[in-house]
Amino acid sequence: MAVVERADTRIYEGSRIPSPIPTILRVDPKLHEDGDILQVNFGPNHPSTHGVLRLIVDLNGEEVVGLEAVVGYLHTGFEKNMEQKTWWKAITYPERIDYLSFQYNELVFVLAIEKLLEVQPPEKATWMRMLLCELNRIHSHLIWLGTGALEIGAISMLWYCFRERDAVLDLFELVTGTRMHTRYFQAGGLAADIPPGFFTECRRFVDYFPRRIDEYEAILDRQQIWLERTQGLGLLSADDAIALGQSGPVLRASGVDWDLRKSDPYLAYDQVDFNVPVYYEGDVYDRYRVHMDEMRESTKIVQQCLDGMPEGPWIVDDRKIVLPPRHELHTSMESLIHHFKLVTEGYRVPAGEVYVAVESARGELGCYLVSDGGPKPWRVKFRAPSFVALEATATCMSDALVADLIAIVGSLDTVMGEVDR
Amino acid sequence: MSHESIPGFVSEVEAHGETTVVVETARLEEAARYCREELGFNFLADIAATDYLGWNERTVAGYWGSDGGRDINRPGSWGLATKPEPKPTRFSVSYHLLRLAPGAAEAPRIRLQVWCEDGEAVPSVVPVWPTADWHEREAWDMMGIPIEGHPNLTRILMEDDWEGHPLRKDYPLGGEPVRFSSAE
Repeated sequence: MAVVERADTRIYEGSRIPSPIPTILRVDPKLHEDGDILQVNFGPNHPSTHGVLRLIVDLNGEEVVGLEAVVGYLHTGFEKNMEQKTWWKAITYPERIDYLSFQYNELVFVLAIEKLLEVQPPEKATWMRMLLCELNRIHSHLIWLGTGALEIGAISMLWYCFRERDAVLDLFELVTGTRMHTRYFQAGGLAADIPPGFFTECRRFVDYFPRRIDEYEAILDRQQIWLERTQGLGLLSADDAIALGQSGPVLRASGVDWDLRKSDPYLAYDQVDFNVPVYYEGDVYDRYRVHMDEMRESTKIVQQCLDGMPEGPWIVDDRKIVLPPRHELHTSMESLIHHFKLVTEGYRVPAGEVYVAVESARGELGCYLVSDGGPKPWRVKFRAPSFVALEATATCMSDALVADLIAIVGSLDTVMGEVDR
Repeated sequence: MSHESIPGFVSEVEAHGETTVVVETARLEEAARYCREELGFNFLADIAATDYLGWNERTVAGYWGSDGGRDINRPGSWGLATKPEPKPTRFSVSYHLLRLAPGAAEAPRIRLQVWCEDGEAVPSVVPVWPTADWHEREAWDMMGIPIEGHPNLTRILMEDDWEGHPLRKDYPLGGEPVRFSSAE
């Protein structure tokens, strides 16, 4: 691993959140009088906006002096649609909200249903969920790295990252039959057993993947242009990060040691050994470092999941919420009835409200569910980490140049599908 | 731990290992400030508004419910469900708070909840947690909860001139009126 001398930038003390509106950077009226302010509309259709983000940027020469983020161009009403579907059909929706870390969205929704149902999935399902989620974190971080580097000129990174990303998608395809939006998690466990051959393929991947991370760092870490375009930019202090609700890599790059996998272990995270990378400069470069380290840690977790994968059933044996095995339908009338009822009416979930949060690739991903005891959710609300991350653009962007804008927005790791839902 | 010391405290419920504290709508900002400064909930995770229109009426999410009913509202049971408990007003707004202490091995959470009728204003908590800005705009845009004292209460996900609030229960699914030329 290359050792890099840090630029002599220090993170600011205290708070820089714009006032009175914490998410909009307003042009200083004095500048309007004696400066030549140019207002530029950046997006919504621009390749560097990770989808359809619109930024209204006020420029004084090259300097960004005002900024407002406008979102909503990808709003598709997932939450409203989910209210019209039975619980088990609604599982397909959350994956499409964040299309890069789909399994986390699926996981958080399924965990919330299980919390309401008071169902405990079998161990094998828990470990397999953990394994797939960590692979998904690698997948998401690879896309972040590839596109983030592409946007500031390191085009070759995209191809290297997508090569490994494809390997991860191959693994997903091997398990679930689908490369993205797998819908593999069910209330009560998994949708199907883990196919033979997956473990060998997965082991092969985790064996060579750490070397690939070394290669990425060899490309970037001593690249003068990369360093100059990332170090000391997009600063966010720890206090501001917490006040703005930041989570995940953005928070950890601002020096806050916080990871829900450690502080509130769900699945079986308390049984695996991993570190939480924390960096203290709060700039784009540290966000990059956190992402790189997290990929290494995720590889470690996947390795441990492969070693510790328990034997046994992959879904609970509760015919009231789980489809009966296919072969029983030909011989058992009860199974046929259960199958029919589950597919047509779905299962009922006891009335109540829960909030479940997991550490997705982008930070705290929450799911608030309200059930009225019926077979459809009454209200579904996702706490989307990207949505919150975009709130920090105004704070990160003060005293940035227009050329840094793309690097900074990219470093916040937003997925517009999740922002707009 | 009891949360009766929160200003404007109304009630407290423990369910599924989660604490829900209902406070008076008018005193929300005071309660929020108390939660942050005295109880240490420095991190606002989410604001979720819910519309309870039609809750506890003759259908249960579109299916028939029975008043006295058999007690079949258990996990994974079938048949007619019992009706859920009635709600005090049409809308609830839930604030999911988290005590974020770096390096801590615990993540204590609390749900602060207020209830309001259609058009009744809810105080803004942006002065307490700046991150509430967009969450409150979303609550206004999607549910039509007027947030009092918000610095920039505009629509966030829908267009500025959109009519109606799409996540309300009385907002139709195919909600876009289509005008045909023959009708004119």
